[in-house]
Amino acid sequence: MKEMILDYIKKEYLDEDEADDMTLDEHTPLISSGIVDSFSMVSLKRFLEKKYEIKLPDEEATPQAFDTVTSIIALVNKHLAKKGA
Amino acid sequence: MAYPAAVREAWQAELAGIREKGIYKEERFIHSPQASHITVEFPSGAELKEVINLCANNYLGLSSHPEVIAAAHKALDERGYGMSSVRFICGTQDVHRTLEQKLTEFLGTEDTILFPSCLDANAGVFEAILGPEDVMISDRLVHASIVDGIRLAKAIHDTYKHCDMAHLEEKLQEHQDKRVRLIITDGVFSMDGDLAPLDRIVALAEKYNALVFLDDSHASGFIGRTGRGVHEHFGVMGRIDIITTTLGKALGGASGGCVSGRKEIVELCRQRARPYLFSNAVPPPIAASAIKVLEILSATTERRDKLETNAKFWRQGLIDAGFVIREGESPIVPVMLFNAKLAQDVARDLYYEGIYVVGFFFPVVAAGQARIRTQLSADHDIPMLEKALEAFKKVGARHGILGLDKKGIIAKYGL
Repeated sequence: MKEMILDYIKKEYLDEDEADDMTLDEHTPLISSGIVDSFSMVSLKRFLEKKYEIKLPDEEATPQAFDTVTSIIALVNKHLAKKGA
Repeated sequence: MAYPAAVREAWQAELAGIREKGIYKEERFIHSPQASHITVEFPSGAELKEVINLCANNYLGLSSHPEVIAAAHKALDERGYGMSSVRFICGTQDVHRTLEQKLTEFLGTEDTILFPSCLDANAGVFEAILGPEDVMISDRLVHASIVDGIRLAKAIHDTYKHCDMAHLEEKLQEHQDKRVRLIITDGVFSMDGDLAPLDRIVALAEKYNALVFLDDSHASGFIGRTGRGVHEHFGVMGRIDIITTTLGKALGGASGGCVSGRKEIVELCRQRARPYLFSNAVPPPIAASAIKVLEILSATTERRDKLETNAKFWRQGLIDAGFVIREGESPIVPVMLFNAKLAQDVARDLYYEGIYVVGFFFPVVAAGQARIRTQLSADHDIPMLEKALEAFKKVGARHGILGLDKKGIIAKYGL
């Protein structure tokens, strides 16, 4: 899941030269650092919902929850567990 | 009156936080009309200083033009000061109708509706025409007022990388199931001064059955051969579905904005756009002056031609001096400094050299992209710009950045 989300972020949000210059890992702040703006994170949310067939409620899909890949994975796992329950 | 101490303290702490981050905005008091040369009191209480203004949106130098002022005086005498009403109750005069007709002709559209500002036009238009079955696909660097307008609408939204047509095409393909696909872009991007590739955007819109929204606030009056805007520059006049623009920049510089475009869209705005329905009409002197501005611009291209000459001279001068600038064709010329503190220091030093500019940094621009945005005017002349260039060279040399590229500046000052 981690690699898939990182790949999506690179493709969706970074220009080619930026992607080459930048080291992006699961701990890199995305929104608070300005890599992803909170207005544009909607496509990442839609990608996750479609990929994992879950619904991420707006009140949980906050800029804080989307700030690192680690926190995104935690949110996705929470809703995957709900789905499986 | 309840203003609890805890609430006061919380807000005081927020203000202190803004100051600590170095992003506290302070007004500078201008003691003269808006122009290329202004008299400024900064900081508050300081001695007045004559400076060259390189940060106004007064692109055509019409903010204090005698004919524009005379038109305002005449309307003030003949139509009064304010309307004390929204448009649809008793706030519409003949001058409002005339201005809407003149804007329609000037922009090459089907119809126009005035708003108190372009911010209001952008806040009202999406909500008025789009529903949950529609999608708004915006460039990632559109103006904040568009972002606010998008947030108010019920349609879903998506974004594409700045001016990246391949990415826009992917998004258009992804959203083929929607009723309306609305591509949303600025004409000239306010922080970078680059132009949206409108010919390619229109081609994609036609290929994927989408509409095009253009905010031409930083273009109306001077971009394009006769100053009609970015749609004229790219030869796509008549093919833009919605244009919003402002009267607060090149077109007189006072206030007011509009939505101009397809008849039905304008008509829906008259029925539903909340800033139109619930805010006062543009004051008569401003409407009348804007009509005068359009008359001036329709008679001659002298001002936009002079602006173009000034912008070319300024861009080349900065490059020759060894600054890093954002390349482009508009009169918005960002001098890239990358480091926020450096941008503030250079702007401050320039002020003491008699040049009024402002540093911009995150969150106004992306992190690590701090800059000084310079803006040219037809009110500038070459000797004035030569003097400003000398000041830039002096301050640039003092900070050791002349001749350094992006990597060099970052190596010296960090991000």
